[in-house]
Order: sequence, then structure tokens, then C-alpha cells
Amino acid sequence: MEFFGQPKIDWLGKKWYFLGFSLIFSVAGILSLAFWHGLPLDVDFRGGTAVRVKFAQAPDYGRLRTAAQGAGLGDAPVVQYGPAANHEVIITLPESKTSEAALDAGRAAIVSTLTANYSEAGKQNRASGKFDLDNAGRGALADWLQQKDPEHLGQSDAATTRYTQQADAVINYKDGQHSGLISSVNDLRGIVDPAVLNELQQDAYLSGFTVRNVEIVGPQVGQQLRHQALAATLYSLAGMLIYLWFRFELIYGVAAVVAVFHDTLITVGAFSLFDKQISLTVIAAILTLIGYSMNDTIVVFDRIRENLRMTRREKLSDLVNRSINQTLSRTVLTSGLTFLTVLSLYIFGGEVLRGFSFALVIGILIGTYSSIAVAAPMLVAYQDWRARRGKSAALPAGRRSRV
Amino acid sequence: MRKNLTQKTILIVAVLVVCVLGITGIPGSFSGAALKQSFLDRIHLGLDLKGGTHLILQVMVDEAVGITTDSDASHIQQDLQSNGITLPPNSVIKPDPKNNPALIQINNAPPARSSDIRSVLDSHYGQQYDISSTANGAWTLTMKPTAVSDLKKRALDQSIQVITERVDSLGVSEPIVQEYNLGSYQILVELPGIDDFNRVKDVIQSTARLEIHLVQGGPYTSEQDATQQLGGTLPYDSVLVQTAPGASQAGGVSWYEIKRAAEVGGTDIRSARVGTDTNTNQPQVEFYLTTAAGDHFADFTAANKGKPLAVVLDNKIQEVANIRDQIRDQGTISGGAMTPQQANDLAMLLNTGSLPASLQYLQESTIGPSLGADSIRQGVMAAIVGMLAVMIFMLVYYHGAGINADLALFLNLVILLGFMGYTSSVLTLPGIAGVILTVGMGVDSNVLIFERIREELRAGKSPAAAVDQGFAHAWTTILDTHVTTVVSAAILFLFGTGPVKGFAVTLTAGLCANLFTAVFVSRVIFDAHLNKKLRGEPISI
Repeated sequence: MEFFGQPKIDWLGKKWYFLGFSLIFSVAGILSLAFWHGLPLDVDFRGGTAVRVKFAQAPDYGRLRTAAQGAGLGDAPVVQYGPAANHEVIITLPESKTSEAALDAGRAAIVSTLTANYSEAGKQNRASGKFDLDNAGRGALADWLQQKDPEHLGQSDAATTRYTQQADAVINYKDGQHSGLISSVNDLRGIVDPAVLNELQQDAYLSGFTVRNVEIVGPQVGQQLRHQALAATLYSLAGMLIYLWFRFELIYGVAAVVAVFHDTLITVGAFSLFDKQISLTVIAAILTLIGYSMNDTIVVFDRIRENLRMTRREKLSDLVNRSINQTLSRTVLTSGLTFLTVLSLYIFGGEVLRGFSFALVIGILIGTYSSIAVAAPMLVAYQDWRARRGKSAALPAGRRSRV
Repeated sequence: MRKNLTQKTILIVAVLVVCVLGITGIPGSFSGAALKQSFLDRIHLGLDLKGGTHLILQVMVDEAVGITTDSDASHIQQDLQSNGITLPPNSVIKPDPKNNPALIQINNAPPARSSDIRSVLDSHYGQQYDISSTANGAWTLTMKPTAVSDLKKRALDQSIQVITERVDSLGVSEPIVQEYNLGSYQILVELPGIDDFNRVKDVIQSTARLEIHLVQGGPYTSEQDATQQLGGTLPYDSVLVQTAPGASQAGGVSWYEIKRAAEVGGTDIRSARVGTDTNTNQPQVEFYLTTAAGDHFADFTAANKGKPLAVVLDNKIQEVANIRDQIRDQGTISGGAMTPQQANDLAMLLNTGSLPASLQYLQESTIGPSLGADSIRQGVMAAIVGMLAVMIFMLVYYHGAGINADLALFLNLVILLGFMGYTSSVLTLPGIAGVILTVGMGVDSNVLIFERIREELRAGKSPAAAVDQGFAHAWTTILDTHVTTVVSAAILFLFGTGPVKGFAVTLTAGLCANLFTAVFVSRVIFDAHLNKKLRGEPISI
């Protein structure tokens, strides 16, 4: 099976279209960065507090906001997280409300607001001293069971072991299989002993929400991470330039790095256009992209270099066209296959990895395009520029002989 | 050729066996559960998959410097006195304890004795301090920068050690406590599987600095009341400290004026245990001093009979009592209504030693265990779908050679997981993404080679020659593409933290394994296949 026979496409003849296409996307990204959404940063870069809460039923945003305001959290943004069917929200507090002296005050305020004010039934249950099973940890549940002692084992090691094991069974069932929330205490029938189940039915309740994830970042760390992310991206680009300089010639390195910079810019621009937040893992994706986008470029450059050695009489633009066409099949195939895995990550990988896979989905598409439409034409443009200045018109084929 | 091929096959099988052992260990039995257990024992899950807490703490190292200069400042006057140089009271001060804790100043020194003063200071403090005098009988001692940085480094190391012991005593499995290199004097703490976070946090952050000070005055009802009664200013060598809630008999909080320098300091506690107050039947904590501190304390209490002493824990007075008799090496803390749990924690804290300086939280991230379980499910799902899609595509597109690529891909995965098993790497959610990307990028190499072989075949070469040329030409390209990705991953590893580091490791290991599988293994499979065929018979690609 083959998708491409031996194509004879005049890629360089379309360079103005390519330039237009690249410009539109880059400029759209830059405009959005500058005037629209800015650079949306996740809490790890921005600093502040983010509490991710999952509800058993669709959350009532109005009530959440009122509760937050009542607790002095002001207009804490409450945002839906993931698909609506997940019933998950993220409540954030800005950096200004996150001081390093009392880093987790914001979290405590959010959690106590939810337990105290979110649901009327929960409020009553709490007031009557019942145990909140939805927000119980393993240790807390085991301690509570031991204190209630439904099986009348007294204070012994055997009792501790027994109740720890019962608590484990509950937590494993609820966290391992049901994303932390169960619909009714009765679901635990068969999971725990009848006596324990009875105790839970009497003295425990389900508050209907559970805190899944808390991120608190003080201003100092946020700033450190911002600097690092920027430095890592720049070092990565510099590393590529040096490697390609060493393996090919400086102009190849420059062309490849310009292409990869173009990819990075458009990817970051896409995050701004779609108002998606850039987190540490997104930076990891962007760095991976810098390496990956280089791959396609290198495949094309390798072929250009090989063809340059074999023939010296062909016009450079024809030679570059021929090289691109020769490698087109593999460029498209390799990108296509990586794209397939990244797409599966985007669809099935869950909310936590969505930003990461979004960066790769965009980046791989743009990266493949840019190795054909940006990097290779730059080599030709460079040679034309040299020719106009009356210098040697030949593009260097690289200093090393092939192995 | 054939013998060579046999050797290569043996090598590949050996690598496969070694890596499978790396994944599974040597299982006790071959039941599914035992294999799964030994797999989980070898591949460690990161915090984001297991649930737990990640903290970055700042050690307030300036405090450690301040404590040292406080104690030196209180000794300078004595040292001069014992050499016959008498200064008026309160002549040794720290002019700016907050912003410049390393600076000590001596005022009103008799100018006539300056050479004697110089020699006393040099012999006692010359190693640690830069000493200089000004004309009007004033001297300054500034702690040398090397001494300051030694002290700070020691405070950091001690803090790490103390936190490690405390975390261990809480029974957290596989905790990480280490210096966080991105900041200065910061500590990274990772506690997998923690769900009672507030208690852990208190246990870590409590400096547990237990000190005994001489009481100068009090009790006062408030800070203003104290300053008023003392005539507006506090003597230089005193501080005002409030009592811990519930510690004073009258109830509420009161203030005492105590001596700035402690008689017994944080490092002087030998051990502590939980006991019961015989009068109230409440839990209390009993502590014992080291021998050297005990000797000093015995002298001190003998000389100061009848005066009140304050037991201060983390800058809160727990207990004030008069010295009735000489005390050698023990004391109790029973202040407040301690619960047995609090008494236990306090005894544990005193046993593990005090922190040399207090800690501030810079970052906290807590992942609930339910989130980790979801992430594993989704990550594995994405990996399986991605891998199947790639494998099916290769089979359809390259027919026979597709089997070759799929075998190489499978081996690539086995080597990657085996490597992670042997190095006890931590698998994080981005790490799973790294595995998936490795599948996608790993197959790139096969595509490069196969496309080249097809091209050579089109050019009319024989299958054997085409395979040979295909591998030879694709090799340089494959090497270049791998190096660029590894460069990115290396930078990621240097700059990243936790989960991101896990991603860099899996990606790099996967790509290295890919060089072996796509180039070497795949070639052996082709050669074995070609050997069975007649010369010139076409191959399926």
C-alpha cells in the first residue's frame, strides 16, 4: 500500500502562499497574546490557589459563588473543569490572596465554605456531628471506625488491623473505581462487614462533593518557574542550533531553528487564542515539540545534503523541490503516526493531560508543515541572497562525508 | 552470515529476557496476582498517580544566623569581664537584628584597653568574625561571609535531616526529602499516599525549638501593658514573649519579659517521652538534657535559686516556675490541655530534634487518590489505543514488514519498562505520555528505513541490496533525529520537577531503546527472512 507514488510538486513555487499562511497564524497568535487573552498561565506559573472539586450532581454555580462571597473569598472564579458530565469545578484564588506566611489559608477557606454552606442537608448532618464519608481519608476513616467500634473489638491491635482493613476496602472502592464519590452509603454493601455498614449508614453521610486536587503556589515559586520555563525553551533552541551547526552547516541550523521557533510561536499563540492555560506539562510538551519538529526538518535537510553531493549543476530550488518530494512520503507518514498516538492521548488521556496533548496535536501539524514550508525555502532564500551579493552561489553541502 | 545471525538472535533474546525480568522481578509464583504485585513493586508510581502531597519549603536561614550571634553577643561581655575589662551594662548589642543578623556592636569600650580588647576578641571570635574598631570606643563584629554561608548550609542540612526523621516516624512510605536546587535554601518534600495532610504539615513545620529562659518580669496582661510598666523601652537583652493558650493558670494569654539568650537551647535536649501529670492526670511531656547542658544548667540553677524560669516552645511560653532547688537534667511540659495525640507528637518532635530555623511553605500540591486512579485508567487506555492504532496501520501499509515493525515496537516497550524496573524510576502521568510518544516516535525510525528500502527497490536493486542500502542511508537521519529529541529531553530533565522529570526520563530511555530495536533488531529480522528466500525473490514491504 502506498499513499504517495513519486510526487512532483513545486513546493518552492508556492512559497508566497506558505508565507501568507504562516503570517496569518503567527500574527493572530501574537495579537491574541498582546490584546485579547494574553498568555493564560496555569496556577503553577501564575501563583495562587486552585482547588479542584468533584460533585455527585451537577454543581449549582450560583450557590457556589454566593457561598464563596459569604466566606469573604470575594469573586473567586468558579470554572467548570472538563466535560459538564464530570461535575467538576475549579475554584481559584489569585496570588494576591496567597501569602507565603499562611499559604494554605485559601484552601482552608474554600473547603470550609463548601462543607458549611454548599448544601443544606450537608450543613445539618455536619451540625449533628456526623462523619463526612466523601471527604474522609484512609487514616481518618480508620480512626473514626476504631472510635465507634461497631464490631466491639475494644482497643487492641487486632481492632486496629481490622478497621484499617475495612477503611481500605471503602477507600479503594470509592477512590479506585468511582472517582472518589459514591451515590449512596448502601453501595458499600458487600464491600464492608454488615456491622461496619450499619455504623456508616447511621453516623456517616455523603456531602456530595470531594476535593480532588489542590495546587497552592506562592509568588516566589511561581516566578522561579516562569523564569525556568523560558530559560529551558531558549536553551533548547540554542542546543538545536549548535547540534545542527555541528552536523550540517550554520545556515541549516539557523533555518531549522527559525522553523521551530515559528512552530513554538504558533503553538503558544493557539493556547492564547483558545484561552487554554499553560502549565508545566505544557512546557514539557513544547520542549518535546522543539525536538520533534526538528526531526522532520532534519529528514528533509539530510536529503538536500545528499542530493547536493551527487549533483552540482541542478538549480537549487529544483533540487530542494526534488528532495522534499522524495521525502514527502516519510515526512507525512512519520508525523501521521505520531499524530495518531498524540490524538489518542488527547481523546482518552483525561483532563490532566489535555493541555499537554493539545500542544502536541497543534505542534505536530505545524511542525510538519514548517519543515516543508519554512525551513527548506529559507535555504533557497539564503542562497539567492548570497548570489545577489555576488558571492559564491553554492549552498554548502556540509563538512562531513557520509558514513 | 548464518552464524553471525544466530549470535545476534541470542543477544536479542537475552536482552528480552533481562528486560522482562526487570519488569516482573523474579516472581514468587506465576499467578496473575503475584505477577501484578511484583510489577507494582518494581515500577514506582509518582505522586500524581498514587495521590499524595508535594511541598516546597523555605528554610529561614537568617534565623539560624541570628540565634548564633545572639548567643555570641551574650558571651562577649562575660569574656571581656573575665579578662578584667568591664563594660557598662547593655554595651553589647545587635544594632539591626532583623535585616543584618550577622552584625554585633560593642559600645563604650574603654579606649585605653583597646589592644587588650582586640586580643580577647581575636582569640575568641577571630575565626568567625571580622573585627574592627572605631575611634570612640565602639567595636563591630561582622560574621565572615564564609562563616555565614557555612551556618546557612548547616541549617539547611539539619532541617532536611530533622524533617526526614519526623516524616519517617509518621510512617509515610517512600517519602522524599531533599534540597530543592532551583531556589536557595529550599527543601522539596514528597509524601505519597498522605490524606491527613494538616497533621503532617504541623509536624513538619513545627520548629520544636525548646528553650529555657530566665524570667525578668511579668506576667503582664498585654504587650502594651508590659512596655508601659517597663517605662517605654525594653532592656536590650530582654524580649517579650506570650504564653501558649491554656498555659497560664489564670486562663487567657499573658506576657512575660524574659532574657533574650536561652540557658538551655534547642540542641541541648537529649530525649523526651510522654508521661502523666500526677496531680491532674493529664498527659505531659518529660524531657532530659544532654550531659554538657545538664552541667551548665545545674550551675545556673544553683546560682539563681528562687528566680522564675520559663519553658519556651517555638516562642510561646509553656510553663513558668520558680527554681526551688538545683536542677540537673530534666523538666516537664504540661501546659494547656494536651490531648494524648498532641503529647505524642510533641515528644516525637523533641526526640527528632529541633529545626535550626523556622520553615515557610512556598508551594503545596495535593493530589487526591481518586484522581490518581482515574489518571492511571485514562493513561493506560490512551496508551493501548495509540499503540494498537499504530500497529494496525503498520500492518496494513507495509504488510510483511509491518510485522517486523510491530515486533520491534513491542520489544521497544519491553526494554523501556525493563529499564524503568531496574532503575526504580518513578512512573508519572506525563511519564505515561512519554511512553505513548515513544511508540509514536519509535515507529518513525521504521518508517524511515522502510520508505528508503522501497525507494531502493524502485530503483531496481535486489531485495537484499535494497535492505542493506535502506538501513545504511536511513541510519544517519535516524541518529540525527534521535539526538535532537534527546537534547530537548535532557534540558527538560535539568529544568523540570517531579512529573516532568519522569517524562524526560521515559522519553530518553524509550528513544535509546528505539535505536536498538528499530535499527538492530529490525535488521536481524529482515536478514533472517531474506536468508530463507531464494536470491531475488521479492520481499513483502
